[in-house]
Amino acid sequence: MRTATVLTLVSLALLAIPLVAPAYYVTLMLPFMAYGVVLLGLNLLFGYTGLVSFGHALFIGIGAYTGAVLTSRFGVRQMELILPAAALAAAVVAAPVGALCVRYVKIYFGMLTLAFGMVFYTFLLKFYKLTGGDEGMRMLRPSLLGSEWAGFSKTAYLVGPYYYFSLAVLVLATLLMWRIVRSPFGLCLKTIRENQVKAESLGVSVPLYRWYAFMVSAVYAAVGGALLATPTGNVDPTLAYWTHSGNIVFMVLLGGFSSFFGPLLGAFVFIFLQDTVMSVFPYWRLIFGAVLAFIVIFAPGGLMGLFARPRPVEVSRG
Amino acid sequence: MTANLVNILMGGVFHAAILFLVAAGLQVVFGVQKIFNLACGSFYALGAYTGVSAVAYFTGHGGPPALFIIPLALGGLAVGLVGVIVERGLLRFVYDRDETFQLLLTFALVLMLEDLIRMTWGTAPVSTGGLYLSYGQAKILGATVPVYNLLVIAASLVIAFGIGWLLTRTAFGRIIRASADNREMAEALGVDMRWVYVRVFTLGSMLGTLGGALVIPATAAMSEMGIELIVEAFAVVVIGGLGSMRGAFVGALVVGILRSVAISVYPELEMLLIYLIVIGVLLWRPRGLFGTAAA
Repeated sequence: MRTATVLTLVSLALLAIPLVAPAYYVTLMLPFMAYGVVLLGLNLLFGYTGLVSFGHALFIGIGAYTGAVLTSRFGVRQMELILPAAALAAAVVAAPVGALCVRYVKIYFGMLTLAFGMVFYTFLLKFYKLTGGDEGMRMLRPSLLGSEWAGFSKTAYLVGPYYYFSLAVLVLATLLMWRIVRSPFGLCLKTIRENQVKAESLGVSVPLYRWYAFMVSAVYAAVGGALLATPTGNVDPTLAYWTHSGNIVFMVLLGGFSSFFGPLLGAFVFIFLQDTVMSVFPYWRLIFGAVLAFIVIFAPGGLMGLFARPRPVEVSRG
Repeated sequence: MTANLVNILMGGVFHAAILFLVAAGLQVVFGVQKIFNLACGSFYALGAYTGVSAVAYFTGHGGPPALFIIPLALGGLAVGLVGVIVERGLLRFVYDRDETFQLLLTFALVLMLEDLIRMTWGTAPVSTGGLYLSYGQAKILGATVPVYNLLVIAASLVIAFGIGWLLTRTAFGRIIRASADNREMAEALGVDMRWVYVRVFTLGSMLGTLGGALVIPATAAMSEMGIELIVEAFAVVVIGGLGSMRGAFVGALVVGILRSVAISVYPELEMLLIYLIVIGVLLWRPRGLFGTAAA
């Protein structure tokens, strides 16, 4: 019941933010929601399947570049077309990449995903004519629900229609992921993480299930990447760089990988903490590195792990 | 034609000499502590910046420019002692954890060191100025090669043989190999694993910082140089095989020379080619050319 109350409050707050909060903080919510979608997918791989990808920014890059190519090269401005196109592009790439990567686990999986991520990064950087090289490409303002929102200034567009559009995508992505992890499919993934041999002996095809999880997480990352591109207005190769992959794993760990909503909390805290730290001290990586080290050593359950601790007491009371 | 070929080859071997040092540091740490140290590139950057400062201090206090290689190497080696702090302060807490967390801890180190370098040396590239060619140039089959490059290649070879000697011929080397092979057994036989880990990790970080210091006369130190090098060092150890010194040697030559050839033939391919080879090796032979541990 407590979860339901918290969720209702959070949803109401999310709906009300553009009405009450200063525009600056509303625009900070946009990358949060985009990363939220990315992390929901990443955690299916990390938290639920036990595979840590150090190349997942590859799919963020694919999503973002799909948006940029469609809007600035092909004149396709409808976000309702861009998102499925980003998902499709990611699926096409993830199918072979995933099939190769899921044959390995642990450090080898991490290395292989890192290598694939860097292949895409180098491609974006070096094939200047196709991708714009290190300057990247412009992501033009997409239309939402068939309207150009022509009368809106850039900020008004972002804190108004685009905010609610992103929120709707995040809510849909969350509901879908909730269904996925509660389904027999999600349970199989957890079984594989906990005990691979047992899962195999129960007739679960381990590589196939890992591949499914990889595909889903890639599609989520691309949708999030496309959402991320609009507020920035420009996409560049660093989106696919390996440190970006590391940062999103960091976000998941910060929030708590063993909890469904942990990654969303992680994205929220990461974005707002980064903004706060950067406004007083330019070297945010130093602080964040220390935070990450602290979490790894002392609180591997992340922020959700800290909240979750009192729970056994409540259960015994009820 | 030959001159051009020799130029490309020597450029590649110089790069390989540097890569070998960093990759050897990565290997020795992975071999014994089973930690894939993403921060080895950051040690490399740290060594580079320290090298620049050490040389500037040396020449600024009247040291003869011709001897700049001495403060350069000493500075690079000295800053490698930061490995003691890193091992005792961070890594020792996670030896019995899942390797995901170990990897993420070294990633935390990457983030911290990158900004520590920016705080200390600023964001603009720094270099040792015109000292690079102070040893002159040598003519090899019609090609002109800076003597400094030859010195670095020789130094790297000496270090490679030194490590080989250390691992196979000394008591400490036997302890390292025993610990890499079977940690519990080594501990049961009375090896103080804490000391082995401190020393091995410091050895690894010193190899990285020395590599960074030695490369710097030929280029300029930039704050991103660490995170860029780690992916190359990573390619070296994947091709050579995780944990193998011989693998680091061969892998460094492969990556160094291929990169040099690709840059002069078809620059767009540069790193792309190397990552494709990495993927090929991981798929066809995940333990690499000389590795023993399979996936």
